[in-house]
Amino acid sequence: MTVLIHLALTFGMLSLLAVGGGTAVLHEMQEVLQARYHITPEMFVHVYSVGQLAPGPNMTMVLIFGYQIMGAMGALITGIAFFLPSSILCFAIGRLWNRIGDTPWRRAVQNALEPISIGLMCSGVYAVARAALSGPLSVGLAVVTFGIILRTRINPVYVILIAGGVGAGFKALGYH
Amino acid sequence: MSQQPISASVPSKTADTQVTQPGGHGAGMNGQQSTETPSKPTATLWELFIEFLIIGAVSFGGGIIAYEKILLTEKKRWLNDDEFMASLAISQTMPGLNSVNLAVLAGDRLHGMLGSICAVIGLILPGACFVMVVGLAYLAGKDQTVANLVLAGVGAGATGLLAAITAKIGVRQFTNLKPLMILITTFILMSLVNLSLPYVLLIMAPIAIFLYRPKSQKGEPKP
Repeated sequence: MTVLIHLALTFGMLSLLAVGGGTAVLHEMQEVLQARYHITPEMFVHVYSVGQLAPGPNMTMVLIFGYQIMGAMGALITGIAFFLPSSILCFAIGRLWNRIGDTPWRRAVQNALEPISIGLMCSGVYAVARAALSGPLSVGLAVVTFGIILRTRINPVYVILIAGGVGAGFKALGYH
Repeated sequence: MSQQPISASVPSKTADTQVTQPGGHGAGMNGQQSTETPSKPTATLWELFIEFLIIGAVSFGGGIIAYEKILLTEKKRWLNDDEFMASLAISQTMPGLNSVNLAVLAGDRLHGMLGSICAVIGLILPGACFVMVVGLAYLAGKDQTVANLVLAGVGAGATGLLAAITAKIGVRQFTNLKPLMILITTFILMSLVNLSLPYVLLIMAPIAIFLYRPKSQKGEPKP
């Protein structure tokens, strides 16, 4: 029971800290999951990768952590805790908005939060890269994926799946 | 110091006039919506749920905001462009996922709190089922070497994807000095100094808001 409450508080806090989207809290999430629930960086990256293959909002993968920690109940609580608080806040602010309207200060806050959120996304890249890149092969795959997605309009899911196939092929042959 | 473009808040009142065109495209879904009542677009809870469920199921590889824009402003005309941009701005300013926040706001506008709930559940449900099925398979067969071989490559690809998305979204931040300094400081505090996220925000948000504070608040020019 206390574990469930802890889970709810942890992911509820991450929900409210996710300025600019879920990737802003990736680094924090990884550290917390490792420190409190012994989820290794490697497993974190695996679950994160599965989440990237899923349709819809890209943070539904938090359910897997919830399940791993506390079973079906954990998954449910984690999902609610991660999606509900920020939604309630947005709902309330949205209604407030209709009364106040646009102000220079709102624009200032948004402009100020943008670079912070990009900086946090960089931390997310750093956290994921530290766990996912283990040798020349994985670095090469990441760089090629980066280039392809930056330059073309191809659906990222295909690129990731091909990277998985190529990586498995090379590793099976003994390259790393 | 370069000012960023301020727009998307022009109160153009064209929304009420555009409902009068008879039977726009996509009217064959469930033919209600006659040409009367030009006031506020309506949607049933079921309709909201299904439309967002479709987006949640087909949006492999991201780009949900684009799907939502097509649904809200073109397929169903539930919002006009101004309303959409205003909702998007709020979604991006508030914490949480932008796509989910947008569903909250659109649902509320069309059907109040229940509308928000239906839209968000519809949006999340398909992806949640997907990760549960795949995730359980992963947790069950964690020791299988084949899965680990594939996932190693997939993880590398996902890293490249995340880096590319960061580069795309942050293009304006990376190429201007002021946001770049804020960005780098945030990254250093978070990843190298290893502060926890609340502290990073407590330090950086006031500084950044101060740096971006509105200039010349007074409306009238001084004599």
